This record gives sequence, structure tokens and C-alpha cells, in this order.
Amino acid sequence: MNEPNGPFDEMLGQGAGPRAPYGDYAAWFEGEDIRELRRKAAEAEAFFRRTGITFNVYGQHEADERLIPFDIVPRIISGREWARLTRGIEQRVRAINAFLHDIYHRQEILRAGRIPKELIARNEAFLPQMIGVEPPGGVYTHIVGIDLVRTGEDQFYVLEDNARTPSGVSYMLENRETMLQMFPELFGRIKVRPVSDYPVQLRRSLGACMPRNASAEGTVAVLTPGIHNSAYFEHAFLADHMGVELVEGTDLRVIDGKIAMRTTRGYRPIDVLYRRIDDDFLDPLNFNPDSLLGVPGIMDVYRAGGITIANAPGTGIADDKAIYSYMPDIVEFYTGEKAILENVPTWRCAEAEALDHVLDRLDELVVKEVHGSGGYGMLVGPAASKKEIAAFRAKLQARPANYIAQPTLSLSTVPILTKAGLAPRHVDLRPFVLVSPQGVEITPGGLSRVALRKGSLVVNSSQGGGTKDTWVLEE
Amino acid sequence: MLGKTAGGLFWMFRYLERSENTARLIEAGFRIALTRPDGSNDEWDSILRTTAASADYAARHDGLEAARVVDFVLRDTANPSSVMSCIAAARQNARLVRTALTREVWEAVNDTYMVMKARLARPVTMRDLPQVLAMIRQQSGLVRGALHGSMLRNDVFDFARIGTYLERADNTARILDVKYYVLLPSLAQIGSSLDNVQWETILRSVSGQRAYRWLTQGRSTAVGIADFVIFDGRLPRSLKYSVGKLVSNLGFLERDYGARHPCHDLAEALNVKLSTGTIAQVFDDGLHEFITDFIADIGRLGGQIETDYRFLG
Repeated sequence: MNEPNGPFDEMLGQGAGPRAPYGDYAAWFEGEDIRELRRKAAEAEAFFRRTGITFNVYGQHEADERLIPFDIVPRIISGREWARLTRGIEQRVRAINAFLHDIYHRQEILRAGRIPKELIARNEAFLPQMIGVEPPGGVYTHIVGIDLVRTGEDQFYVLEDNARTPSGVSYMLENRETMLQMFPELFGRIKVRPVSDYPVQLRRSLGACMPRNASAEGTVAVLTPGIHNSAYFEHAFLADHMGVELVEGTDLRVIDGKIAMRTTRGYRPIDVLYRRIDDDFLDPLNFNPDSLLGVPGIMDVYRAGGITIANAPGTGIADDKAIYSYMPDIVEFYTGEKAILENVPTWRCAEAEALDHVLDRLDELVVKEVHGSGGYGMLVGPAASKKEIAAFRAKLQARPANYIAQPTLSLSTVPILTKAGLAPRHVDLRPFVLVSPQGVEITPGGLSRVALRKGSLVVNSSQGGGTKDTWVLEE
Repeated sequence: MLGKTAGGLFWMFRYLERSENTARLIEAGFRIALTRPDGSNDEWDSILRTTAASADYAARHDGLEAARVVDFVLRDTANPSSVMSCIAAARQNARLVRTALTREVWEAVNDTYMVMKARLARPVTMRDLPQVLAMIRQQSGLVRGALHGSMLRNDVFDFARIGTYLERADNTARILDVKYYVLLPSLAQIGSSLDNVQWETILRSVSGQRAYRWLTQGRSTAVGIADFVIFDGRLPRSLKYSVGKLVSNLGFLERDYGARHPCHDLAEALNVKLSTGTIAQVFDDGLHEFITDFIADIGRLGGQIETDYRFLG
């Protein structure tokens, strides 16, 4: 199945027989009937629908709730591989927090000339309102998602840091629940590290960052834009599993220097707000004045130390795609060590020399918008038509600083179950990381996204991608 | 609990109760249409009036044809009180209060929505109608069972029950309101077969026809039926039973929160009316006036609960 120079397949590797982490699974699979497994897959879909694990696609009718397709073949990572990844992730996340503190205080890294000043000053993700603010517990990014891709046995790259409001953790948890229900015997044979502690760890991690004047109970709440948001299911899921209230802006107001929620017994103060709305919409008095989602005055309460906002406002400056290319320098600057996890080589189109290089090789490269997300507004050179490339060339020349470019990586593949049996498809991986004053916790697993179309490299759910359960083996 | 969540629970269970009651009304109407074809047009008109859908129906259709009325009341999403609209609204509220529900309750509601949406995607033939109506009742039972079997007995449960009984009191009163004239003694004394049909509709709409026969050994009178549906605390859809439950669930909240509100006084006043009143008194003062007052009282009580527990602002 594996071509000699094709992508690295995580199940089959380059040699004969399955790679070691997949050994037990492959042996089990041999004994299974494909039709029976296909039936199980249909069962999984019914399970997801009944549970309501659906998302709304932007711009579509509200009634069209879609499922993210789920593939029943797990993505398996050995304990040794995971240990190395977690060392790299922890180093990176610590550096991101140190960078954020520095950038909103003394800006040593700019003084040292390691990052150009304009990159910060002219960046929309940089919030002047955060200058000099000390977030409770010293934590900026309580919850981080690090997107990783793999190209070979030992080659992992960080594709993107998600330091604002990373989503997808509910899929990590529900995918595992589904697998446990469908294939209990597999978990008897293969020792997979559990992921189900995540909500408890999240609650504890948020609880460790109380503001100075916190109430005795230490009240945590999740802030959602509401029922029509594409990730509403996840917001409700996390609030439910943490055992905290799910609030909207209309439930909140400022009372006596605290943010308070309207309950059946009057207003009650909130100490930690895990917000799932963007900075822009957080506070109509301090940011976008048209926002109906946020809480007028919350930034003033925050600056006065009356509430913890997780993640802190302004963390977007750390996961901006233009900043991304400086991450190896950032890691070195704050940790004094070389980055354990590599960056994908990146050309900053704002630089004339890099732009020339990119324009010459548009048919080979992936070009992304600096502030884009969700796989929108990007060019995948090798997959694009001449016409698409020409159109993108014009956009790139008009606003070069708006783009970065990267080589088209040969992403690793993991098999999915098709009518004809197993077939390789490209995957990425988003592990979820919690940061508190007590340390960094990384749940063993994460969200594996998979491009369901043969040959496709785009794994985003909004573009037809699916998900897999991600197994980290006990070793 | 958030005020918004209490409101969402209250409305979720009001809509569920309404969908079930509407299904019961259709069932009764269908039954009458089959057995007494001469009285059936009145029946369809009564159903539209009871569910407050007459104006919406008249704006879209001419004439009361059985298939069209059933379609409008059962599955037309242009009718906000159709069974399908109510189930969709109940599920929307369930999503809003997802964190207050157990997985079992949420799945029962979501399952009800998916099953009914698929079944009601196309018009229902008269042949399939009994089976579809039975399905609605079964699904309601599923949600109720999940609620009773899996939820903590706390304020979440209380608001769910308050929504249920407020809606039930209102719906039973509306059935009586539309049919009150057939229970008036002057007309009932005639004892024509049409009157008996109408009495039967009332009993069927509250699933009380068999119970009533057991209690009266088959001797039906207009006064007896009115007494049964208004004052009998054993019938789970009577006004007395529904209001009694409202008082006890509001009482749990009072104890739990250690706070009494104006809504508690309203509910108790209503309960006193039903505990001390007699059917003779009601007929003396006017059955129609009694029912109209009751519906208005229930409306006021709903509004007061909304204010006292901060559902909105």
C-alpha cells in the first residue's frame, strides 16, 4: 500500500508489517469482518446525532446541524513518541506565556532585536489595553492547542499555535466515549491512556488562578456567544462536565467591582470566566462597540483584578501567523534552550526577498493569510489550477504583508475505513494543554483530524475533514 | 441556577406538555370523526380554537377539511402551536439549558425531535394517523421517564415540573372553554346523541373517559363531567390536580431558597378556589366566567413566576 517515496504511513511505516504501536490493533483488525465494521461506523454516527455532537456551519441555515464525520480506526502514538512530544509542547507553551508577559510589559525581546518592533506595534492582535496588566496567577494562556503534523518516523513539526480559544476538546472526549462503547474488547487488549480527566483538570487549573478578591466558593463559569455559535455544543459540554454555569453576555453585569450572573436568587459574583468569545466581542466599552455578546465594563473589572479571564485578552499576539515564524527565536530567548519541536520553514511575504521566492514557486507552496483560520483563504499550490494560482498571485502582490508561505509538507497518513477496506488519508494532531501556576498538564491524546478525500491535505472540519480517536499507549 | 436556565426549563416542559396535549386533542377529534361523521366539522373547529390556531388556519386555508386541519395542527411549522413546532421549540430550549439536564433527558428530547421530524417530514395519511399519535405519546413518556429516573430533586426539577403543570392547567381549561356550552344544564337536559359525543370528546382529550366510567358506573351527566375535570384531585389532568402540583413545586422552591414571592400567594389563592369551590357554585355563577377567570389567573401566575425567578432581565 505504501509507495516508496509516498507519504509516511503511521500504521505501515516503510517496512513490511505494521509499525510497533499498531501491532496489536492490526492483529485485531485481521480477525474482523469489514461489513460488520462498516455497520459499527453507522452506529457511531447515530450515537453522535443522538448525543447532539453537531456543529453549525457559518452562513448556512440554523437547522442544518452537521456532524463531523468520525472514522473508527484509531490514530496510535507510542509512549516514547508521546514523551518527546510533551517535552517539546511544554517548552513551547512556557515560552508563549513568557513572551506574552514580556510583550505587555518590558518588551525585552524587541529591545534585544530578536523580533522586529513593527510586527507588534502594527498588529491588530496586540491589545494596548493589556499593557502593564498582571493576570491572576501570572497565566496568560490557560488553555492551548498546539497543531502538529508528522512527515516521518521522527519528524514532527508545529503547524500552528492556538493561544486564543482553541476548540475541539469535546471531540477528543466524545470520540473516546464512542470507541469505548463500540469496541470495549479492544481496550481490554491494548492499554490506552485515558483522556477523561480533562474536564476535572480544567476546573482545577482554572481554580488555581483566582483573582485577589475571589469569593469563598471560587465560582467558575463558561461564557458562550450562544446557542447559534458553531461550537455551542462544546461550550455546553465543558460547562456541564466541569459542573459550572454556562453564561451569555445577557446574564452578566458589573456589580460592586465584580462580574455577576443573574440567578434565580439574585446576582452572584463570578471569579473565573472561561470565555469562548473573541477579544473583539468581549467588552463593547473597550473593544468593538457593536458587540452584543460581551459584558460592558468587563475589561475595567479585569484590570482592577476583580476577575480572571481565561485565556487572557490579547493572547492572539502569540499565535499570529507572522509571529509564528519567530517561534524558534522566542523559545530560545525565554527558555535558554533550543526548541525541541521544529517549526515548518516559513517565508514571510512582507520581506521582498521572500516574496520573490514565493512568487516563483506558487505551484509548490502553501500560502496562508496571516490572520486567517479554518482553512479559508489559503492556497495549496500543488492542488490548485493555473487559474486559481494566477488569481492568488494578484492578491499576494497587492498585499504581501498579509501572507506567509510554507513548503507543501508530505503529511503522514493513517488508514481510514472505506468500502474497500483500509485506505491511507492525511492527518494532523491537536493536543490540548492546560497551564496553571502549578504547572503544565497535557492530556495524553488530542484531536486527530483527517482529510477524508484521497490525496487531500486539508483536514479542517469546515472543509470536509473528519476526526479520529487518538490513542497514546501506556509504556 | 441562572434565571435564564430556569426560564429555559420552564418553557421546555411547557412546549413538551403542549405537544402531547395537542396530540390528545387530535386523537379525540379523529375518533369522533370516525364514529359520528355528522359532528366532525365542529370537532375540527374546536381543535383549532383550543390550540389558538384558528386565525392562522383561516389565513391559509378555506373550509374545515379533516386532512388539512390535521396537517396544520400536527406538522405545519407555519403554525407555532403545531405538534412539530412545539417539539422543535422544546428541543431548542433543551439545548439552551443543556448543562441543567442529565444526558438521559437530553437524549430523550433530542431523540423525540429526530424521530418526529423524520416521521412528520411528509403528510400523514389517515391510515397512519393513529400510529403517529401513539408515537407522540410514547416519546413524551420517554422524556418524562428520563426526567423522573435520572434528575436530582432540586430547583432544576421544580422548574421543569412547574412548566409542565402550568401548561397542563391552561390546556385543560382551554378544552373546557371551547366546549363549555355543551355542559350547560339547559342544553344537557335535552340528552341528544350529539351532546353525548361532545362530552366524550372532553373526557377523551384529558384521557379520562375510562376512569370516569369506573367512578360513575357509566352514569354520565354534564355536571358530573365538569366536576370531574375541574375538581377531582385524582385525575392527573384536572384543574385541581395541576394547581395542587404547582403549589407543591413552588413550595419546594420556597423552602429550598428560603424566600417567598408573590407567585406563591397567587398559586395558593388559586388552590383555595379549587379546594373550597363546588360544581354547584360554579354553575350558579356561570361556568364560562369561571373558566375565563381561571385561564387569566394561570396567565398571571406564569408571568409572576417569570418575574420572581428572574427568567429575563
